[in-house]
Amino acid sequence: MSFAVNMLTRSLNVFHLGGSACNNCDIEIIDTLTPRYDLERFGITLVGSVRHADVLLITGIFNKKSAIRLKRVYQEAAKPVLVIAIGACACTGNMFQKSYNWNVSVDKYIPVDAYLPGCPPKPEAMIMAMVKLVKKLRGAK
Amino acid sequence: MEFGSLILQMLVFPGLLFTAVVGLVTSWVDRKVTARVQMRVGPPFLQPFYDVLKLMIKETCIPAGTSRWLFLSAPLFGIAAVALASLLIWRAFIPLGQTFSGDIIVILYLLTIPAMAVILGSFASQNPLASLGGSREMKLMLAYELPFVLAILVPVIHTHSIRLFDMLAAAPAVAKPSGVIALVVAMVCMQAKLTLVPFDAPEAETELTGGAYVEYSGPLLGVFKLTRAMMLFTMPIFLVAVFCGGIAFGQGWLPILLGVLKYLGLVVAVVLIRNTAPRVRIDQAVKFFWGPMTLAAFAAIIAAFLGW
Repeated sequence: MSFAVNMLTRSLNVFHLGGSACNNCDIEIIDTLTPRYDLERFGITLVGSVRHADVLLITGIFNKKSAIRLKRVYQEAAKPVLVIAIGACACTGNMFQKSYNWNVSVDKYIPVDAYLPGCPPKPEAMIMAMVKLVKKLRGAK
Repeated sequence: MEFGSLILQMLVFPGLLFTAVVGLVTSWVDRKVTARVQMRVGPPFLQPFYDVLKLMIKETCIPAGTSRWLFLSAPLFGIAAVALASLLIWRAFIPLGQTFSGDIIVILYLLTIPAMAVILGSFASQNPLASLGGSREMKLMLAYELPFVLAILVPVIHTHSIRLFDMLAAAPAVAKPSGVIALVVAMVCMQAKLTLVPFDAPEAETELTGGAYVEYSGPLLGVFKLTRAMMLFTMPIFLVAVFCGGIAFGQGWLPILLGVLKYLGLVVAVVLIRNTAPRVRIDQAVKFFWGPMTLAAFAAIIAAFLGW
């Protein structure tokens, strides 16, 4: 395991990008930082600017217009940056699949490292996703 | 030889490296106490070190249309100034070399440079949120510098000296009522100098999304974070030196322990204020510093002249 991967996995700054979500996933994301789950124990903190981000959390569906913005926000992030699609909408399009302005899923625009289905996923599931992502980066089984 | 030891002092012992390490430990104290106040567990001891080292491996984004030279050099001004200020303060504690008359004025000037570096960097980045943050930082700086300098004048009047070493040798300023008022004023100004809640309008995570630092990424953001951590160490130690008699070395371990406790007390006071107060608007902050705080500092100066 290299020094860079070690440092990155010990201090993940999370940036939350909501694309017309119903707000349930967003609330559950905030839950993981509350005293009950306290992700700061593992060095995970929420940041306000995409330039400071190591992980992008994508929630909601991205339609023809907001997908362009999604791509731009991804390009603005300082690399290396990881992407987690949170919730059924970001993973599959959910019930908006047949909608007139939804065309393709998020991973057609930007590379996605982890998918986390659920409507909304529980905070425990989000912590599980982070753990799996960190394990994958560190090359552990 | 003399020159070599000076470089060593600047870069290693009381200067850059020492201040950075102790500053990061202090920022861990800040985060841990914050977590305990919020009934959380809080980050591990090495977390601030991981945060800064992680930023060193990240990419540096330079936004289009910036003034590149200013954008890249602004963080370095800040870190150099705070390292130099820390060096001057510690030279008064430990007789490494001669301190000079007027060093307290040099320290006061050096401690304003990190805020100016933030202002320059934010304006250079051409981001509207960053320039709002920068302009708020500038207003805040105009507001707190007046009462801060007035408060520092009180121990100067007590000791009739502008040399930090004489203030350490004399009776601590807080032994007199005027010193206590001045210490309280200086502590409130320290809160604003560190841009912590309630005076964090320049950063304002919720509406300016990081304010002045919006466009900074990678090693440059790391340098800014390090500067903030070093300020969190240097500012309380400066107040301990000026008002509370400093940390006395060379008289056994008990005075050293007492000095460290004084320092930690000031740090914890800063952290508790930041966790229990809501943010004030920038106009409220300016009114507060130019009104009650300046009047209190003037009262302390008059009391100091009367010998109280």
